[in-house]
Amino acid sequence: MPTDPVIEVAGVTKTFAGVRALGDVDFALQRGEIHALVGENGAGKSTLIKVLTGIHTPDAGAITRNGHISTIYQEVNLVPLMSVSANLFLGREPRNRFGLIDRARRDADAAELLRGYGITADVSSPLGTLAVGEQQMVALARAVAADADVVIMDEPTSSLEPREVETLLGVVRKLHEAGIAIIYVSHRMDELYRICDTVTVLRDGVNVHSGPLKELPRIELVSLMLGRSVKEIEKHGTTAFGEGHHADTQPVLEARDLTSKPRIGGVSASIRPGEVVGLAGLLGSGRTETAKAIIGALPLDGGTVLVAGKPVAHNVKASMKAGISMLAEDRKTEGIIPNLSVRENIVLAALPRLSKFGVTSRSRQDRIVDTFIERLRIKVSSPEQKVAELSGGNQQKVLLARWLCTEPKILLLDEPTRGIDVGAKAEVQALIDELAREGLAVLLISSELDELLDGADRLVVLRDGSVAGELEGDQLTREHVLAAIAAEVMDDSDDHAGSHQDSH
Amino acid sequence: MITTPTVTNARTKVLQRQGAAVALVLMVVVSWLTFPRFGSLDNLRDLALQGSFLVVIAIGMTFVIITGGIDLSVGSLYALGGVLAAWGSQYGFLAALTLPLVVCGVIGLVNGLLIARTNMAPFIVTLASLLFARGLLLAITDEGANTYQIPGDSAFVELGRGTVFGFGYPIFVAAVLAVLGGMILNRTSFGQNVFATGGAEQSAVLLGVPVAKTKVLVYTMSGTLAGLAGALTAAYLQSGVTVIGVGLELDAIAVVVIGGTLLTGGMGTILGTVIGVGLIKVIQNVINQIGTLDSNYQSVVSGVFLLIVVVLQRILRR
Ligand SMILES: Nc1ncnc2c1ncn2[C@@H]1O[C@H](COP(=O)(O)OP(=O)(O)OP(=O)(O)O)[C@@H](O)[C@H]1O
Ligand SMILES: [Mg+2]
Repeated sequence: MPTDPVIEVAGVTKTFAGVRALGDVDFALQRGEIHALVGENGAGKSTLIKVLTGIHTPDAGAITRNGHISTIYQEVNLVPLMSVSANLFLGREPRNRFGLIDRARRDADAAELLRGYGITADVSSPLGTLAVGEQQMVALARAVAADADVVIMDEPTSSLEPREVETLLGVVRKLHEAGIAIIYVSHRMDELYRICDTVTVLRDGVNVHSGPLKELPRIELVSLMLGRSVKEIEKHGTTAFGEGHHADTQPVLEARDLTSKPRIGGVSASIRPGEVVGLAGLLGSGRTETAKAIIGALPLDGGTVLVAGKPVAHNVKASMKAGISMLAEDRKTEGIIPNLSVRENIVLAALPRLSKFGVTSRSRQDRIVDTFIERLRIKVSSPEQKVAELSGGNQQKVLLARWLCTEPKILLLDEPTRGIDVGAKAEVQALIDELAREGLAVLLISSELDELLDGADRLVVLRDGSVAGELEGDQLTREHVLAAIAAEVMDDSDDHAGSHQDSH
Repeated sequence: MITTPTVTNARTKVLQRQGAAVALVLMVVVSWLTFPRFGSLDNLRDLALQGSFLVVIAIGMTFVIITGGIDLSVGSLYALGGVLAAWGSQYGFLAALTLPLVVCGVIGLVNGLLIARTNMAPFIVTLASLLFARGLLLAITDEGANTYQIPGDSAFVELGRGTVFGFGYPIFVAAVLAVLGGMILNRTSFGQNVFATGGAEQSAVLLGVPVAKTKVLVYTMSGTLAGLAGALTAAYLQSGVTVIGVGLELDAIAVVVIGGTLLTGGMGTILGTVIGVGLIKVIQNVINQIGTLDSNYQSVVSGVFLLIVVVLQRILRR
């Protein structure tokens, strides 16, 4: 193998307060390659990246960098209150001849640059007003525009829609053609096999494998990540959902004509106990907004929500009291309380139920928390660890646990397996399945079509904020869904990607 | 929990700043109609002059608050700056001006270094320097018994008392600084770093923003400006008065926040701050117009007025 490393790491060790995140890791990134970095949640991927970029100082080991590195960190790492264009050019603003920032040019350049990524939002509005996926694209544009020799992407697609993923992969290919080396972290196997040349597998902070990716069968890669034998993994399928559910005939949740301009207009849907209803649609089709409207977190211009036939007042508190819980899409800003412990974060929403006269039973709390830590395989040093110290994927598991332990009647899940590793993903899917079997009504939003098709008994397809169709039984196939979502755009998601990217 | 507060705030804060401007205009119109003397040129000049010292301090405070910090030391530094200027004036104009700037700037620098390097809370660090500066002030003035006078014919007094068309020099100093401040905030990398630091500190670090350096700079700036405001006041009063500036930090924080700057950082404007100063000074001026009010009740009325303004802003936002 020719070696011309742009980044080389030898014997790097990093511990956080006694917990080993990286142990004696060797790693080399060759010039011009796309290098996949994989491993379970908490395996040390993000930590390795932060060591590479100098954010973390390793306890031991040597790092050699032969070029300029530009990074998209796992957390969408921009400033929500600043304008889109200010974020894009922070640190390298265009100047006028007096040395002052040329705001007009900055906005113009930003708009121009972002158009190439399919973003047409007003660049002078605060970044935080954009959807999470769009923010991620801004982060991508920023990293790519920085003229680097190495671009590192830590789970860049975890908050992207299929269409945006294609745009991103197109960008990755262009960088590759320009001879830029890339480190690519993702839990999505498809993406890895489509674009990466080499792979490094981390397990519990140790490099257990480095080598070419193409020759490594998928199942072996998973087995390396999880540290379990290939046989054991073969027993489970790709998703862990069971067969269809036995649903009651009377809907427990009915949403009628939910309207909130301009995002959704007249969405109706119903879910019966024991049923999993999937919401399908493109970015901006109003899926998240529909879920938010149901739980009362989105101001409505019209429409009603009924639980067991009774109308529910339009606010989160009343909805929760009626038995609705929601796992929000944007976990970072909408849920995690970084400075509280894992235990406190999990039981937070269930506290009213766990307490009598305002006193909570600690032993009951501990029991619930232990169960979820085990089932979801949340990697913590103890339940009392601060959530902020967990890896990205493990933080998401904590949030999922929070809503599951409220024992709701109706559970709204917005991208429940986003950013979660293969092992735990199956576990989450099995759990959703089990809950539905026990009579829970579930609304499932996912941009992974397979997850929707396998997990849902029925699909409600949204387009431009209204219902474009409902699919059931035999109609639950890729083709039907794609046709219903938006035929022309989705055409290329199966065949070779990036083709529509070039047409910009 | 489910909503995104940052974004809604971002939108409403712009409105809130306009709200402050609307409140100011309303206040001025009502005062004008109620008290004929309010609109007299003399009164307006006086109003602007009184406001100019606070503007100078509040500009620094705006920068600090946008980074997500707070500077409680400015009231003490203001008084210290005045005394140092008065003492320095015996060695000439330059000494009178630079001494307070340097000393107060260094105290601000120390504030900034402690906050940025040791991660101590700005509240605690600047509370300590509030006490430190007040103590230093009392020490160099024999517990305040010794008031340094500035010779009336010195050039330094001119800086405080000189006028153009009857408008005092400090007004022009404040105006120039406000324009400069706005420019620095919006049109320089340092300004962008200030917003990024307060908007999302962790992200700012990952984006390569020199967060520590930015913090050190804003506290140094705040200290220096407080010293300058003290020097201008001393020049105007022709002496270094030791008892002034108590609680002034709260006025400065109040005007910044009334002006629409987020107390949690990440968003704010100098213009808003200037409008905030305008509001607070108009309110005080009106109370003086009434004249018969017991001085203790003046703060009560002033507090009630501020509350009304804030409530008005809330209503205007809808
Ligand atoms: N600041 C910190 N303090 C304490 N522990 C930390 C800190 N950052 C990371 N860790 C720990 O280091 C380990 C590795 O975390 P890291 O974020 O590198 O995982 P990851 O492989 O990126 O996982 P994911 O797929 O979930 O993003 C985890 O056990 C995590 O809890
Ligand atoms: Mg990670």
